[in-house]
Amino acid sequence: MKKVEAIIRPEKFNAVKEALVEGGFVGLNTVSVTGRGAQRGIVHQGRSGQSIAIDMLPKTKMELVVGDGDAERVCEIIIEAARTGEIGDGKIFISNVEEVIRVRTGERGETAL
Amino acid sequence: MVNSGDTAFILIASALVLLMIPGLALFYGGLARQKNAGSTIMYSFATIGIVGVVWVLWGYTLAFGPDIGGFIGGLDNFGLAGVSASEGATPDAKIPAQAFMIFQGMFAIITPALITGAFAERMKFSAFVVFTTLWVTIVYAPVAHWVWADGGWLLGLGALDFAGGTVVHINSGVAALAAALILGPRLGFGRQAMEPHNLPLVVLGAGLLWFGWFGFNAGSALSAGGDAVNAFVVTNTAACAGIIGWVGMSWIFSKKPSIIGAASGAVAGLVAITPASGFVGAMPSIIIGIGAGVMCFGAIQLLIKLKVDDALSVWGVHGIGGTWGAIATGIFVGIGYGGLADGVTRLEQIGIQLIAIGATWAWAFAVTAIILLAIKFTIGLRVSESAEEIGLDLSEHGEPAYRL
Repeated sequence: MKKVEAIIRPEKFNAVKEALVEGGFVGLNTVSVTGRGAQRGIVHQGRSGQSIAIDMLPKTKMELVVGDGDAERVCEIIIEAARTGEIGDGKIFISNVEEVIRVRTGERGETAL
Repeated sequence: MVNSGDTAFILIASALVLLMIPGLALFYGGLARQKNAGSTIMYSFATIGIVGVVWVLWGYTLAFGPDIGGFIGGLDNFGLAGVSASEGATPDAKIPAQAFMIFQGMFAIITPALITGAFAERMKFSAFVVFTTLWVTIVYAPVAHWVWADGGWLLGLGALDFAGGTVVHINSGVAALAAALILGPRLGFGRQAMEPHNLPLVVLGAGLLWFGWFGFNAGSALSAGGDAVNAFVVTNTAACAGIIGWVGMSWIFSKKPSIIGAASGAVAGLVAITPASGFVGAMPSIIIGIGAGVMCFGAIQLLIKLKVDDALSVWGVHGIGGTWGAIATGIFVGIGYGGLADGVTRLEQIGIQLIAIGATWAWAFAVTAIILLAIKFTIGLRVSESAEEIGLDLSEHGEPAYRL
């Protein structure tokens, strides 16, 4: 099993969520994070027009755990829905998951996904 | 004869009506999504800036200047020329002409601010500025003249609108419907949840609206006497009944008593009592308030079924609440307070109310649509799709509502 962690633009979350549902991937968790990439953030305006540098930007981090064979497909869906082509589209991290247990029934492995 | 008591009352009432607009900003801001909270608040607050200036330049004279054919005021009072700060507009006026002017100015500000709820979360700020300036000039000022100014054709007909059921609420509510239809729905409307982002702001905003509404309705007596006291009492009673009506509907149809429904119900009750507040007593006001809660709840469900995206339900609350209030004024006039005009039967009065309602609906819808279409094909109405996804706080204003 694989964990897919995708850090995306918050405004793209709805599009990604809908695309994943269409692809058959319903379950996911998200968390609102702030972070930055190589560009060190953006600039907002203050009350009298002065610049306010925001070096940590709001992003949405979504996590899905899927079967080994599904990770690539999930990434393709996320990339297609989240990409604008501009800087700040985000990143995806994939890692191995050793075990999954459903709390309610005690089931283990992919049947618990 | 101008006197200090009435003048003091109207100045305070004017300040109360002004407070409704930041209240409305919070009410709408809380109903919007977080990424649009600031821009939604800005629509209302910026309306104060725009219309407050337009009103003293040409708005007041178009609405209340010397009558031209029952349709609009002349430009004699452009820039407040001849509008006295110490003497009344007529010999029997109890307040100075400028006190009346600024009281009416607050009404002119809040009416276009109400419309902003329909196009919230997707209209360009530049388009909003042009729209608000034109709307208050060619939609609001004429309708205010018809209903309230000496010589206005609906006033001459005997239409009853104590504090703005037609001028403020039907006018803004129907304009909101035109705006919702012409702008089209928000991205993802009907598919994604578009939940209010801050419930305490909604309730606080509704509370400030309620507080200011005492100035709106009681102040419309233009004198601190029995009319003002009656208006104050029925205004409060109808707002309370509106809560009962709306929360009851949500409890029956959605299985839970809604908190936002309570805030919306109070506003619906206030809207509906507005035209009637000088003409009915407390008992009819309970029926008017409960009726408003029930009907406005239903109207919003209907619009959602029709897939029209009136983002913050301006048509449902102000258009339908205002229409119900204007009809109810004819149904209940003289019951508990006041009386029918001499020689007019109740049925005739209801007929006159329907004429006023029809005229306002037609004018507000048609002229608003023309203004919006003109903007659509020149500078454009909507922000780009990517700007809408990011939210108007950042894309239009470069300022997030919350920097946490």
